[in-house]
Amino acid sequence: MSDLSSAGTAVGGAPVGGDGPTTDAPGSGGQERSASLWADARRQLMRDPVFVIAFLYILVVGSMAAFPKLWTSQDPRACNTDRSRISPSWEHPFGFDILGCDYYSHAIYGAWPSMVIAIMATGGIVVFGGVMGMLAGYYGGWVDAIISRAMDIVLSLPFLLGAIVFLTVIKRQNIWTLTLVLFLLAWPTVARITRGSVISSKDLDYVHAAKAVGARNSRLMFRHILPNAVAPMMVYATIVLGSFVAAEATLTFLGVGLQPPAQSWGIMISVHQVYFLEDPWLLLFPCGLLVGTVLSFILMGDALRDALDPKFR
Amino acid sequence: MGRYVIRRLLQFIPTVLGTMFLLHYLTSLAIQFSGNPVRALFGDRTPPPALLQAVTERLGYDDPCLGTRGDPCLFRPAETGSGLFGSGYELGLFFDRLANIFFRFDFGINLRQREVTDLVADAIPFTLKLLVIAILFEAIVGIAAGVLAGLRNGSFTDYLVKISTVFVISVPIFVLGLVVREFVGVKFGNVLRGQDWIPDVISAGMFSPGFKADYPWASLIIPGMVLGATSLAVTARLTRTSIMENIRADYVRTAKAKGLATKRVIGVHTLRNSLIPVITFLGVDIGAAMAGAVVTETIFNVPGIGRLVTMSARTGESSVVIGVVTMLVLVVLIANLLVDLLYAVLDPRIRYE
Repeated sequence: MSDLSSAGTAVGGAPVGGDGPTTDAPGSGGQERSASLWADARRQLMRDPVFVIAFLYILVVGSMAAFPKLWTSQDPRACNTDRSRISPSWEHPFGFDILGCDYYSHAIYGAWPSMVIAIMATGGIVVFGGVMGMLAGYYGGWVDAIISRAMDIVLSLPFLLGAIVFLTVIKRQNIWTLTLVLFLLAWPTVARITRGSVISSKDLDYVHAAKAVGARNSRLMFRHILPNAVAPMMVYATIVLGSFVAAEATLTFLGVGLQPPAQSWGIMISVHQVYFLEDPWLLLFPCGLLVGTVLSFILMGDALRDALDPKFR
Repeated sequence: MGRYVIRRLLQFIPTVLGTMFLLHYLTSLAIQFSGNPVRALFGDRTPPPALLQAVTERLGYDDPCLGTRGDPCLFRPAETGSGLFGSGYELGLFFDRLANIFFRFDFGINLRQREVTDLVADAIPFTLKLLVIAILFEAIVGIAAGVLAGLRNGSFTDYLVKISTVFVISVPIFVLGLVVREFVGVKFGNVLRGQDWIPDVISAGMFSPGFKADYPWASLIIPGMVLGATSLAVTARLTRTSIMENIRADYVRTAKAKGLATKRVIGVHTLRNSLIPVITFLGVDIGAAMAGAVVTETIFNVPGIGRLVTMSARTGESSVVIGVVTMLVLVVLIANLLVDLLYAVLDPRIRYE
């Protein structure tokens, strides 16, 4: 999937901004030239229409998750079976679901579990996988051997199968156990990425110089080597946020994820799949929100990769 | 090459043991923290203690180490004698399970006393058919699309392939499956079934919304395509990059310079080298597709291994889930091993120390 990087431009149909002269802000030309990698990346991303659209979409979904009251005043649990499956109308833009609950507010409140699980699990794998990869890459030898073997073992367990086994046996299928299983099965990829970039940068001259003037191991690792690994980790983390949102919905759909009294897009899809022919909107709204979120995260990751890779400038 | 094979085989053993242990530890932890999974079978009713005890024992959840949180169940205090090397401990639940799997080929039983191996034997023909269709579909269409896009970099086909693959990758497979089942299987299928001149194999078999026992191959074509869709996108991208790298290579220029027909330059010289990573990916993907079959088979109601897993998971029959998944994981590991060996055969440039 190395080739995903060029996809960001393809979807927008236009080349990524930044090919023109950068002097359109008069007087700041010299300053721009010496800007850091991150400032450059930010400027390039702000000019990339695909990134901006995806970012705005994620902002919208994020605000749905964080402040559902902002989007709807309805209570998704105020149900009345008299209103079962009434089509969308002006007051109820998504209509009513099978139990006669307002579907729009269900969709809004359904953003919360997906986003929380994805963010918590991603945070977990970045911190834990990052530390593991750092230790393996920096110390090498037997530390590397043990950590790498552990990574191989976890990676050889297919994600979906491992998650199904764990969630079936534990029976408590809530936000925490879902986060835990995503974290347990996904950390080695981050560790592998970090390990690679640590190995490639630990023998650079400036690291040797820092060592020569007496920097301690922890300082070498966090001040001198880690910054090199941050960019690939960030790209991966953005993409993995999308796959975690998809994974939560998939597990919920299979019946081992969140369970019906909760609100989630996966539940909306799995409960209403049989009504697709009579009332397709019952399925299309949650599917659309879900696909849009996953797609936005992937496109953002691609754009980020292009922006952070100096070779693309 | 020979040394590489031996090394890889030796590495295989700790990986299998490690994966088995991971699976075992995940399930043990889950049991230790949430209690006896047998209770789930009774729903909100309270089973008589004797019945609960009997079922627990039969399913193998009565080991005392499942009562202590965090215990990896590797060793247990010896009941008779002095145990291993006089330490007072003997091999625990994990090794019992390993012995059952590798020496007796026993993956556990379901509630009706049927062996999991039997259940899998009944289900596997459907899953294999599904896998064959999926792999063929993704290999043929994926490689063709990748070659077309790679040869004409920047053309309309190239953009089309790039855009459509991003979309396919980002649509979760169960969403794709549901939409295809309803639109193609039901809506379009109903139109076809209304026409008399269309043979039944197509209208009732191929375009049926679910698996039909009367048309074991035809009714699996669309589920197979859904299963292969994501990997198809990855295959296409991989082929495209690989072709684009190889087309600029010196040996391709030489082949062109000595006047070979374009067909031969592309079809034999370029393609052969470009397909090495693609074939490796396809091999690894057989394992991934077995896991993906869980979703596809559930949606299209195919009575294969994947649906067995979902149905047992929904009813809380954890012993079946653990047994089937253990078996699938072994298959995936063996597939990966074979792919690695194949890779060494296909690409002599790869020299492993």
